[in-house]
Amino acid sequence: MSNKSRLHIPQASARPGEKPDFSYLHLAPAGALDKPPIDSKTIDIEYLSSGLVRVLDDDHEAKGPWHPNLDHDRLQQALRWMVLNRAFDERMWQVQRQGRISFYMQATGEEAVSIAQAMALRAGDMCFPSYRNQGLFMYRGVKLVDMMCQCLSNTRDMCKGRQLPIMYHSKNAKIFSISGNLATQFPHAVGWAMASAIKGEDHIAASWVGDGSTAEADFHHALTFAAVYQAPVILNVVNNQWAISTFQGTAGGEQRPFAARGLGLGIPGIRVDGNDVLAVYATTLWAADRARRGGGPTLIEHVTYRGGAHSTSDDPTKYRPKDDWASFPLGDPIERLKQHLIVEGHWSEAKHEELVAQCKDQVTVAWKEAQKYGTMTEGPFLDPASMFDDVYADPPRRLESQRRRMLEVENDGNGGSQS
Amino acid sequence: MTQMNMIEAIRSAHDVMMDRDPSVVVLGEDVGYFGGVFRCTDGLQRKYGQHRVIDAPIAEGGIIGAAIGMGVNGLRPIAEIQFADYIYPGFDQIVSELARLRYRSCGEFFSPVTIRTPCGGGIRGGQTHSQSPESIFTHVSGIKVVMPSNPYDAKGLLISAIESDDPVVFFEPKRIYNGPFGGDPEQPAVSWSSHPKGEVPEGYYTVPIGDAELVENGDEITIVTYGTLVHVAQSATAAMGISADIIDVRSMSPLDTDTISNSVRKTGRCLIAHEATRFSGFGAELAATIQKECFYHLEAPVGRVAGWDTPYPHAFEWQYFPGKKRMIAGIRRVLEAE
Repeated sequence: MSNKSRLHIPQASARPGEKPDFSYLHLAPAGALDKPPIDSKTIDIEYLSSGLVRVLDDDHEAKGPWHPNLDHDRLQQALRWMVLNRAFDERMWQVQRQGRISFYMQATGEEAVSIAQAMALRAGDMCFPSYRNQGLFMYRGVKLVDMMCQCLSNTRDMCKGRQLPIMYHSKNAKIFSISGNLATQFPHAVGWAMASAIKGEDHIAASWVGDGSTAEADFHHALTFAAVYQAPVILNVVNNQWAISTFQGTAGGEQRPFAARGLGLGIPGIRVDGNDVLAVYATTLWAADRARRGGGPTLIEHVTYRGGAHSTSDDPTKYRPKDDWASFPLGDPIERLKQHLIVEGHWSEAKHEELVAQCKDQVTVAWKEAQKYGTMTEGPFLDPASMFDDVYADPPRRLESQRRRMLEVENDGNGGSQS
Repeated sequence: MTQMNMIEAIRSAHDVMMDRDPSVVVLGEDVGYFGGVFRCTDGLQRKYGQHRVIDAPIAEGGIIGAAIGMGVNGLRPIAEIQFADYIYPGFDQIVSELARLRYRSCGEFFSPVTIRTPCGGGIRGGQTHSQSPESIFTHVSGIKVVMPSNPYDAKGLLISAIESDDPVVFFEPKRIYNGPFGGDPEQPAVSWSSHPKGEVPEGYYTVPIGDAELVENGDEITIVTYGTLVHVAQSATAAMGISADIIDVRSMSPLDTDTISNSVRKTGRCLIAHEATRFSGFGAELAATIQKECFYHLEAPVGRVAGWDTPYPHAFEWQYFPGKKRMIAGIRRVLEAE
């Protein structure tokens, strides 16, 4: 302490040219944290928000009370979805660089969050995703070609050319429409969950935000409403350490973990190794069971790392060390699950290579098909008149007259009639 | 038919719709046990239970955000924002989410939320309890914006709003909750019992959203207005002894341009009046529409009477509020213009 006040400006532990430094991350060995009964009082399980739930240890063995004992078939499925997610991201990144799509966002390094959580939720549970949850869509059966067509804004685009790439939605898969405004989906998930409870259903809601957007008011609104009404909802913070160029300390992650944000409201928090499929699955199942049985919300912080750029619009070598991810102590979720399966005798390097090749092929086949429905430069193209649809269920007349005027101008090279 | 003031009419609309449709729920600050600071939801929680009339934390963004989620899950929420002046923390949820959800998901998702909020001045509320922010919302595609001026319309329009699959921002001019106001604060207050629109059916009926109403029929000038100023316009024209078309817009979006332009083509003179600040106010949209539709029929420039472009001042309310004196002066300007 000093005799003056001071302004603290959080500093990233390493910037370009410096040695990566993750000493700020409080880690715990696998199996170290108890798994409490789902009806535990928040005050009795605060250790879950400051510790780190891990199942996979550094030797890729699964251990401890959170070990979900998933059979190897399901783990191989999880691995397949994560590898597919990564192959999809790699291809879409590449086609953005080729100018085929305008924008893209990868989930590289964070695939375990979407895949393991999708596995732990039930089909009737509603997801309110962030923009790095493409794994949820894949796992819940949205076709790769449909996701690609969305990114292409082509004639098969689920968004009919109205949304930036990656802003998917699927009513069938029970996944809400992605918004570009951050954290707005958090209170929606709470309201959806409240309605589920009002209707006496046992479906729960789950939502995701990044570490950066926990600073948004919507995050705090959601926590307050979830706590007040004990809504059956799982609120996830995917702490991938970076919000574009600002590290998680700028969102307030230095003083206490994001998992502890709900404690003051009585919401239990779990800080989990987000690169450990088994731990993410187990903590999600715990929170889902608790919510389904009237125990209210849980806040889960997934400690992970954004392996790639924020989006195709930024260059991470301008703000963080090049080898940052390689030094991240919790590694790569795909590599860790792969090694675990190998250690367990249910996988091999050869099988893995084959899986990667299969997933790449699957992506290539889907990409070829997607382009048949049009690209940004080659037809077929969407009808621009459709831009006036769906603004309202019951549209005002002015939209119809604007549609006519737009078409007059489009169809008449001289600019159509005035007004 | 029974006598109702605007509060009773709004409460009755809730009651009718909650009775007919179990998916209708109410969410807002003080709406439950207490029945709302203006009593618009009084008795509803006792009748329909705490799961359907929910006292909310003081977080307008949370109220609207949660209501959107409820609507996506099949409920039909009515969110009360205690004063229109408090709606801004929920603005992002209204603009970026509620208004655009149907569009961005191509109709797969929508949320039929009705946002009710008391607006307007004349109650000594100062700048945080007197604003009229309707034009901020008419500028947003995907929502409807409504403001009734009497009990009959309030109930019928609110039922239409609740039934609408499109989100509606429903402004309630609180100065006229208990009776019409002619714009002269020196005059004694009157109740709705002497007004024909204070007669309200007890059961279900609707007033369609998107229809303006010609409340007085005349030939010297058209006054296009809504909310409290409908009554101010009526008292001003009566005092002047002139014959005017007075149009109650009722629904700003969608806008009934036919009723307005038919009248202005007939009278050739038009005054637009609203409580909200003038610059970029809804009157600007009305004036643009009128000049386009009626240009060759106009005998004078379209006039505007509006709140001054200042924040709403507490001590100078009657210099700020576009009351009877300012309405008369505005009408005169338009009538005398060559």
